[in-house]
Amino acid sequence: MTPVILLTGFLGSGKTTLLQRLLTDPALSRAAVLINEFGEIGLDHHLLDRIDDNVVLMKSGCICCTVRGEVADALLNLQSMRARGEIDFDRVVIETTGLADPYPVLQTLRAHPVLRSHFDNGGVLTTVDAVNAGAQIAHRAEAVRQIAAADRIILTKTDLGDAAATAALKATLLRLNPAASVVTSADATEAIIDGLGAAQSGWTDLAAMAEEGGHHHHGHGHDLNADLGVVTFSLTVQEAVDWTAFGVWLTLLLHRYGDRIYRVKGIIALEGEDRPVAIHGVQHLVHAPVHLTHWPDGPRHSRLVFILEGLEPDQIRRSFRAFMGLSPVDAPAKVPA
Amino acid sequence: MCSLCGILGCDDHWTHAVDRPGVYTRTGDSRWRRAEAARRVAAANRVLSWRRVKLAEWERTSYVLTGATGASAVFDSFSHLWPEAEAIAGRAFDPLDDALIDWVSRP
Repeated sequence: MTPVILLTGFLGSGKTTLLQRLLTDPALSRAAVLINEFGEIGLDHHLLDRIDDNVVLMKSGCICCTVRGEVADALLNLQSMRARGEIDFDRVVIETTGLADPYPVLQTLRAHPVLRSHFDNGGVLTTVDAVNAGAQIAHRAEAVRQIAAADRIILTKTDLGDAAATAALKATLLRLNPAASVVTSADATEAIIDGLGAAQSGWTDLAAMAEEGGHHHHGHGHDLNADLGVVTFSLTVQEAVDWTAFGVWLTLLLHRYGDRIYRVKGIIALEGEDRPVAIHGVQHLVHAPVHLTHWPDGPRHSRLVFILEGLEPDQIRRSFRAFMGLSPVDAPAKVPA
Repeated sequence: MCSLCGILGCDDHWTHAVDRPGVYTRTGDSRWRRAEAARRVAAANRVLSWRRVKLAEWERTSYVLTGATGASAVFDSFSHLWPEAEAIAGRAFDPLDDALIDWVSRP
């Protein structure tokens, strides 16, 4: 499987400048790069292609129907050329437009019947402009969705702002998306791209987020997202979770409210399993669950972190508790070997 | 094929992902897969019964939904359960609705 790294970030937040720098690093010398438009900043890379915006969204509400046609075509073209031996690459970087919601691209990777056999989510990088982020987060839902979808947030233009403001912004970003790590564009390439992807990143950090209670981000001087009603909260469960009931519940919740649940990430202690399972969702999409090899440090119980808008955390907890009783007790969770 | 959008090969719902290294799934062993499919239908039916809709497996490859008026729908992927169920019922299944929470809380 070839990882696909999604580089997103608001207009003018420094995506192309970052990409230009990353592509000079030997670690990315075998990357194929797809960009939406050739901008003013020249990119010099041997495997560079252009994609056009073309989101195909069926009105049926079915989660597999959101496919970015041009992204799919561009990736299929890369795969086809590789199969013919014309090119070789070990990863793909897609730079989205500044107003793009990352979810349709992730969904394309997940749902496309050919792409999903060749390409995998390699992680979402989101650039955040240290000078202008405040206004963007406060007024642009796209900016919030990009930050919520991030596995790693890269602060740009930190040399233009003062250190205290940058530190406050970093704290705000981590409150908004505790599942992401925050680096700056001046950091080494390894710090920016290493350990990305749904399978590797962020599980140990979840131990720090196990506190109950919705976090509405009020106060702290940088009340960037209170107007949007964006809430980060964690749901912790002491007892083992039934996989079947959990699957029915989360599928229904994301079917009905996926447009308001920007991110769900966590680890689940399942009945009958010694090792935890990592769950990672963006809006209507849930990535393939990862069976972790061991428990991260900290308490060994289930915890899910939600980043959502306009939903009441306590009602989600109530719903979770009720649905966990769904599975019939007379049907075994696991057939003995 | 997805009956809603026409995309082929949709049935890779995250709860029963294709068995591959590192991925948690219950599709690796055929007996376990069968048992899990039965549990999934039973759990879904406890929710669906709120709007008098019933789910069954059909030929082990598809699902069939039947509504109170006799309307039915056949679909391949568990991903399509809730859109199809809402179409049959003519109303939403809202997991945050107090009435549904009370319904699934019944012993």
